[in-house]
Amino acid sequence: MGPVLAGVLQLLALMAALALAYVPLGNHMAEVYSSDRHWRVEKWIYRGIGADPDTEMRWPAYLRGVLAFSVVGVLFLYLLQRLQGVLPGSLGFTSIDPDQAFNTAASFVTNTNWQSYYGEQAMGHVVQTAGLAVQNFVSAAVGIAVAVALVRGFARSRTGELGNFWSDMVRSVTRVLLPMSVVAAIVLVACGVVQNFSGIHEVGQFMGGDQQWNGGAVASQEAIKEIGTNGGGYFSANSAHPFENPTPFTNLFEIFLLLVIPFSLTRTFGLMVGSVKQGYAILAAMSTIWVGFVALMMWTEFAHHGPAFDIAGGAMEGKETRIGVGASSIFAVSTTLTSTGAVDSSHSSFTGLGGGIALLGMQLGEIAPGGTGSGLYGMLVMAVIAVFIAGLMVGRTPEYLGKKIGTREIKSAACYLLVTPALVLVLTAAAMALPTPAHSMTNSGAHGFSEILYAYSSAANNNGSAFAGLNADTQWFNTTLGLAMVLGRFLPMVFVLALAGSLAEQQPTPATAGTLRTEKPLFTGLLVGAILIITGLTYFPALALGPLAEGLAS
Amino acid sequence: MNNSVRNTARLLAAGLRALLVLTLATGVIYPLVVTGIAQGLFSHQANGSEIKADGRVVGSSLIGQSYNLPLKKGQETPEPDLKWFQGRPQNGLGTNDVNTRYKLILSGATNRSGDNKELIDWVTAAKAAVVKDNSTAGYEVSPSDVPADAVTSSGSGLDPDISPQYAKIQIHRVAERNGLSADQVEKLVEDHTDGRTLGFIGEPRVNVLELNIALEELVARS
Repeated sequence: MGPVLAGVLQLLALMAALALAYVPLGNHMAEVYSSDRHWRVEKWIYRGIGADPDTEMRWPAYLRGVLAFSVVGVLFLYLLQRLQGVLPGSLGFTSIDPDQAFNTAASFVTNTNWQSYYGEQAMGHVVQTAGLAVQNFVSAAVGIAVAVALVRGFARSRTGELGNFWSDMVRSVTRVLLPMSVVAAIVLVACGVVQNFSGIHEVGQFMGGDQQWNGGAVASQEAIKEIGTNGGGYFSANSAHPFENPTPFTNLFEIFLLLVIPFSLTRTFGLMVGSVKQGYAILAAMSTIWVGFVALMMWTEFAHHGPAFDIAGGAMEGKETRIGVGASSIFAVSTTLTSTGAVDSSHSSFTGLGGGIALLGMQLGEIAPGGTGSGLYGMLVMAVIAVFIAGLMVGRTPEYLGKKIGTREIKSAACYLLVTPALVLVLTAAAMALPTPAHSMTNSGAHGFSEILYAYSSAANNNGSAFAGLNADTQWFNTTLGLAMVLGRFLPMVFVLALAGSLAEQQPTPATAGTLRTEKPLFTGLLVGAILIITGLTYFPALALGPLAEGLAS
Repeated sequence: MNNSVRNTARLLAAGLRALLVLTLATGVIYPLVVTGIAQGLFSHQANGSEIKADGRVVGSSLIGQSYNLPLKKGQETPEPDLKWFQGRPQNGLGTNDVNTRYKLILSGATNRSGDNKELIDWVTAAKAAVVKDNSTAGYEVSPSDVPADAVTSSGSGLDPDISPQYAKIQIHRVAERNGLSADQVEKLVEDHTDGRTLGFIGEPRVNVLELNIALEELVARS
């Protein structure tokens, strides 16, 4: 069997596994966010918080909960890193500098997990487990909560009430993320991912002498890193490191983990709005883009255009032998079309066009299938835009799921859409215009520009992967990327919740013969087209300067 | 005004309490429970899949090593010890610069693009070296026999494996340097070649450390 066929079969196996999980996990999550019964342990947690989980919140209250929880999260994680030098269990690592501590705190609280530090030499046990891994859970939980609030906006009428933030967030942890992580972590350990607290220790070598390893609670962090679409690696090489991703099977398993919640949430959405077919239409749009991108990525990586790859005879630079070109392509597309940002290979050493596909995946807004929660709400905002465009074509007030898309709704959706491109393009332009940021580039020419465009695309879209040749541990990059992450996460959430609020206040509009049937393939096609055209128009000039120039030259 | 300040403070306090409770659950209890289960059921894997040769730990089956001769005076980069099977280039590895009392290896890739001058030079030099090192009196390696993994650095820099093709072109050299027959070494490589998992997951590979341990045993026996 050739590597191309093996790559295709791995993609098919992945799709089969995701299809098997779709109904049970989607149903389970619908039950989690619809049930009015609290588990005993959840009641203890609510008592600890001092919040009543049954109080319904309108959108401003829900938003205040999101923001308060996240502000505290950033401050706590910042302080933990600043105090690392005096905390026990820090392996003797020193405290993190203020700019890098801010960057990392913003990064993990916003579900981005951009890392300007080397995991091996910067973060001790306490910061890794009690700081970073905790945000892996709760940032994902916040994302799901906001998505559920938007779904309730469609499902509910004449109320404006969107549920309770504390309850949605806590249940995401206790009933979805935590149980899945325990199982996944144990599977990973069985395959070779390390899980210990032995710290830095010496191990013998074949040729004599010693090598020094950094042990740690890697498997427990690896599991939630993928399930919560976080992507922050324990080690610098992330999922390329054999201790994070030891076998071909764990590689496929990790791709499965990072896709399963975002895809299955479309089922949850369908159930909660009373029509699973609506969920299928969204799922179809996500799957079309995902499969299309994987096919393109495999094609360009197997074709391996580029001077160095031509000499080598394959695009194996930055790729692991056990994983190979095919599975690395699937991983790269899946991690950039979700908000994960974990990498099992060096994206910077992909072919010019391959790097461009990873970039474009993030620039689509990470909606195919997107991050835990953020993928669903991003895609639903795009659906609102697509319905609006269709409405303009026929001159009729558009509706989606029985709700009118009026001025208020389209303003929220349009603002949502503008935030990340503005951040990416303005900050990239600023970095290119100033004299010093360019010193951080490893590569020159088109690829050097791509390193910076990639960094801001990754930060503003909360992805976290990198063209890692860029030395991002400078005050400029730590600060501006940190701001891009915070604004790119929370401004869109403001507009999503505002949209949810105005939808929930409406009366339902009964469907008529003139209503666009949003559960049909025609709508899926319209949605995919709208996504590609809007993103294409926004980013084409920037992409032409970077990956397209590099890809076409070779 | 006073009221809104008080409300904000109350909300932030609730956020802090939520964070502390969830830190206890997901940042303390969860990793400890997973560690307990992992150490109980899979202690070999959980502690780094170490392997021994002659009763001495010689590394992890998961972490690639280098098989070089000791540095000679005035040398900056060591030469490969051609007695042993060689792994992939490791141009992306770093050394720690924050806590210099450790000698930690920093995993990583080169992150060079396909049109990067330095990468082109590395690949060209590596290819020439692989051809030269592995050609013996009766066995000529042609540049088209050299697979891509032999001349490129991996994503982690710690790739424990090479492709079966890279192992194959090293057979004659290794046999000659160890006084073994090519058939013996070829058999050894075959025994240490792993196919794709279930026939289609990942790529076929040879674990270099395990192969060299077996080679050492074979040399000792014969």
